[in-house]
Amino acid sequence: MFTFNEISFSYNKKGVELFNNFSMNLEAGNVYGLLGKNGAGKSTLIYLMTGLLTPQSGEVTMDGINVRRRLPQTMGDLFLVPEEFELPRLTLKKYVDINAPFYPRFSMEDMERYLEIFEMGGMMDAKLHALSMGQKKKVFMAFAFATNTRALIMDEPTNGLDIPSKSQFRKLITTGMTDDKMILISTHQVRDISDILDHVAIIDHSKVLLNASIADVVSHIAFRPLREGDHPIFVLQSPYGPLGAVPAQQGEETKVDLEMLFNATIQAPESINQLFTSSK
Amino acid sequence: MNFKDNKAIYLQIADRIGDQILSGALVPEGKVPSVRELAAEIEVNANTVARTYDHLQHSGVIYTKRGLGYFVSSEAKEKIVASRREQLMQGEMDYFLGQLKAVGITPAELQDLYSNYLNK
Repeated sequence: MFTFNEISFSYNKKGVELFNNFSMNLEAGNVYGLLGKNGAGKSTLIYLMTGLLTPQSGEVTMDGINVRRRLPQTMGDLFLVPEEFELPRLTLKKYVDINAPFYPRFSMEDMERYLEIFEMGGMMDAKLHALSMGQKKKVFMAFAFATNTRALIMDEPTNGLDIPSKSQFRKLITTGMTDDKMILISTHQVRDISDILDHVAIIDHSKVLLNASIADVVSHIAFRPLREGDHPIFVLQSPYGPLGAVPAQQGEETKVDLEMLFNATIQAPESINQLFTSSK
Repeated sequence: MNFKDNKAIYLQIADRIGDQILSGALVPEGKVPSVRELAAEIEVNANTVARTYDHLQHSGVIYTKRGLGYFVSSEAKEKIVASRREQLMQGEMDYFLGQLKAVGITPAELQDLYSNYLNK
């Protein structure tokens, strides 16, 4: 659905290039987790794919169309939930009346259903500026899903959400996801989202260090207490003894520990990628 | 749903469905929730649940009716009990017996313990 085709980008001409010949594909039917350290370029990547920033060279396309052209057919089919945003001094109902027409597949029924998931049903007459930060985020995400755009891009969506809302957020994703949609979640809060991802992309220093399906990760890497004779790629000390990421034995499948996968990939990207290529 | 740390999630979901069949919450020839329904309920990726259903179908616990979804097979309980028995005998039982030996519990004591447990 999205293609980053050898893009290069820096915020100013003399500055360091954040991306240099960067390429990546994102396909429909997947929930992507975009992970990277602070300053790795996650938000920049998101702005590049939504047409808010222009690469100095290369292009980002959605269904073959350069997103930079910001054609109505593109903009009506993608939705960005930024990390921070302001909502106008309107009631939710008025906001929806004004903004929904830009999205051909918007559904009021879905909007109410998603508000319900966040326990915010019956909020249509609420004044947006009177809502707390977390409530604003929930209302905006409910709207984002209700637009039924095929691409939904969220930057740190669980920031500012309270504890019960994080579970509601997962329910929103698993309820709203369909095979023709692509959801990309950029986050540091890996624990919030690890069970809902199809695919994980880890970026650092303008490179894709890992871009793999969760199914592939599970079949190649085991995350578990270490045993004698293991050759771990990454070791983590815990109160219960050392845990590690080790090459998975035939038939061995463990739950993916995203935090450990992230740390292992940042520390030893070659060893991680070797695991994937050696068995192909 | 809270997952244990070192067992693949799709297998943990399979265990959960197995539990529901053994407890009678899901009955033979009864309908199993759709992949999307269950994914939303337990807040897990739909492809993971699809994998669980593949696994359960492969082991004969559920089957699909074209266009209608998944159903509990009539022999599901027997299949689950047999596979859990096998798992227990291969893995946990060995560990458990080792622990009994380590703390010196005799076969007679074990028999009493188990009889009392069953009479509870």
